[in-house]
Amino acid sequence: MIDKSVREERPVMSEPQKIQPSSLADVAASKFEKQGNVSAAVGSGLDARNIYAWFGKYLAVSDMSIYFAAGTVTALIGPSGCGKSTFIRTLNRMHEFIPGAAMSGEVFLHGKDIYAAGTDVTKIRLKIGMVFQKPNPFPSMSIGENVLAGIKLAQLKVPNKNELMQECLERAGLWSEVKDRLNQPGGSLSGGQQQRLCIARSLAVNPDVLLMDEPCSALDPGSTLKIEETIGELAKTMAVIIVTHNMQQAARVSDYTAFLLSEGGPGQLIEFAPTREIFGRPKDIRTENYVTGRFG
Amino acid sequence: MTPELQEIEVKPKQPWKPTQREINVNIAVFIFNTLLTLAVIQFTGFSGKLAFVVLFILISLTSNFLVAFFKGGTVLAKNTLATGFALTGISLLIMPVISILGTVFAKGTEAMYIGFFTDDMSQDSFASDLDVGGIKHAVLGSLIMVTIALLLSVPIGILTALYLTELKGRGSTLIRFLVQAMSGIPSIVAGLFIYSALITGTGRGFSAFMGALALTILMIPTVARTSEEVLKLIPSDLREAGLALGATQWRTVAMVVIPAAKSGLITAAILGVARIAGETAPLLFTTGGADALNLNPVDGNIGSVPFYVWKALIDGSPNAIARAWAGIFLLMIIVLCLFIAARKIGSPKKVRS
Repeated sequence: MIDKSVREERPVMSEPQKIQPSSLADVAASKFEKQGNVSAAVGSGLDARNIYAWFGKYLAVSDMSIYFAAGTVTALIGPSGCGKSTFIRTLNRMHEFIPGAAMSGEVFLHGKDIYAAGTDVTKIRLKIGMVFQKPNPFPSMSIGENVLAGIKLAQLKVPNKNELMQECLERAGLWSEVKDRLNQPGGSLSGGQQQRLCIARSLAVNPDVLLMDEPCSALDPGSTLKIEETIGELAKTMAVIIVTHNMQQAARVSDYTAFLLSEGGPGQLIEFAPTREIFGRPKDIRTENYVTGRFG
Repeated sequence: MTPELQEIEVKPKQPWKPTQREINVNIAVFIFNTLLTLAVIQFTGFSGKLAFVVLFILISLTSNFLVAFFKGGTVLAKNTLATGFALTGISLLIMPVISILGTVFAKGTEAMYIGFFTDDMSQDSFASDLDVGGIKHAVLGSLIMVTIALLLSVPIGILTALYLTELKGRGSTLIRFLVQAMSGIPSIVAGLFIYSALITGTGRGFSAFMGALALTILMIPTVARTSEEVLKLIPSDLREAGLALGATQWRTVAMVVIPAAKSGLITAAILGVARIAGETAPLLFTTGGADALNLNPVDGNIGSVPFYVWKALIDGSPNAIARAWAGIFLLMIIVLCLFIAARKIGSPKKVRS
């Protein structure tokens, strides 16, 4: 039997579906105060304008425009099927691998449209890294080789591979756990460690933007916490875009939040605002219903 | 620990196991079935091992069905009947296999002696005594041809599979259909094709290379189809991860997909070899066969194990037949070793230590 008073003290941890709106807003606000002014960011970030995405004839994403500033974390939230994953896959040109896929719109990185004719798509993906929902270290490679896989795959030249490997693993918060077994296969790690290995792998090619498609959905709370800390560190130097179903996570890690909804048709951007506003005083009633757990 | 606690000893039990009574019933039914079968054979025109097996299966199916019906009604009876059919299926599969293996083992060892592996047949006829002559020329001939066929068909087969699974290029459906149709080509057609296209009228004679080409035609579909199945099992996550790291598709395939599928692709190659190792028909018109050792792969008639068996069988004398059995025995051992190797290499490695 759980003591009721203890439960009430920690509503966020024990009852994810029935959180008070104020509690998430508090989390988001405290995060904002810790972070300080985020507008003094480096780089140019990623600017998506009027993105539409189709699978065959089916329109999955309609007219989404979001500016992801460097030095910030942006969370994409919304119910399943609202086009979050499809949208972020258009941001590093992974959408086009699906047979019959089509898109419209522009995505600017360093002032250039990544969909412009003649763009080298492999260079785009080097600058816009991606972490997937399921940890997917390369099974044929060791932990160390996994980190440097991007260097090898894209045939890049780095002065000191071991230094880079250590730096990436440190930034992903994994170095202390794996430094003595870098030659073991990547699959020998736990799920949370594997996901941090995948983050380290995407950092090795030095991206300006990191896309994360529900990176913690397959992980336990402890691993999730470590990855959230990692995300906070990464956001100092790059734009991080994270798709999540977990609203506490969005409130904890993100500076900005975009709420997407499909309402039977294609997924649309309902509201994009600083995270504390989305969770504190959302402008749209649909956002409020979603973040307070009234539906979805 | 207190003495009281020590007295309570928990024994592992398996309550789902059949009780002694049920086991007794099963044994009784089994004995009844055996006796009834023997009685039927005794008092009717049926006789022989085959009749015994068939009658025993029919009687067992019926009696087990009836026992289950009186015990648990229609539902249990149907279940028992379905289990019985499955058991019948595997017995009908295993019986010929065991019968073949037993016969080959019993008859194959007669003509074997040390010289069998170190000598050829150039000085002796197949009807000679069993202490002269050997199969060395045929084993080495087979080895040369299988190696050439392996070197040709593995790259072609795997590249075909890559086209079908990775590029998913134009005409994939048609190509997949053609590869499947190709695996149904009668092996003699492959031999005739090489003979008519490359040997007859061109001035070129029989050679190991021609034989290997015919074998390649048979081996490519096996390698391509098995490789395709293996590559399909590689999660698309890994491909996406490679591409998302800024790799080209070619480098993703070469450095992520193929290493991940390595053991499966080796299995595909070994299964292809096992497919062609015993082929006789395509070698008749392409190698000409030989009784002497020939190590030149591009010129001259060459022997092979299946050809050795075929030639010994048509000779017909008792010693020749014994030699044929020995050849079959050796061939089966080689193929068996290949299958065991394929299973060993192809079984998934334990990731966690």
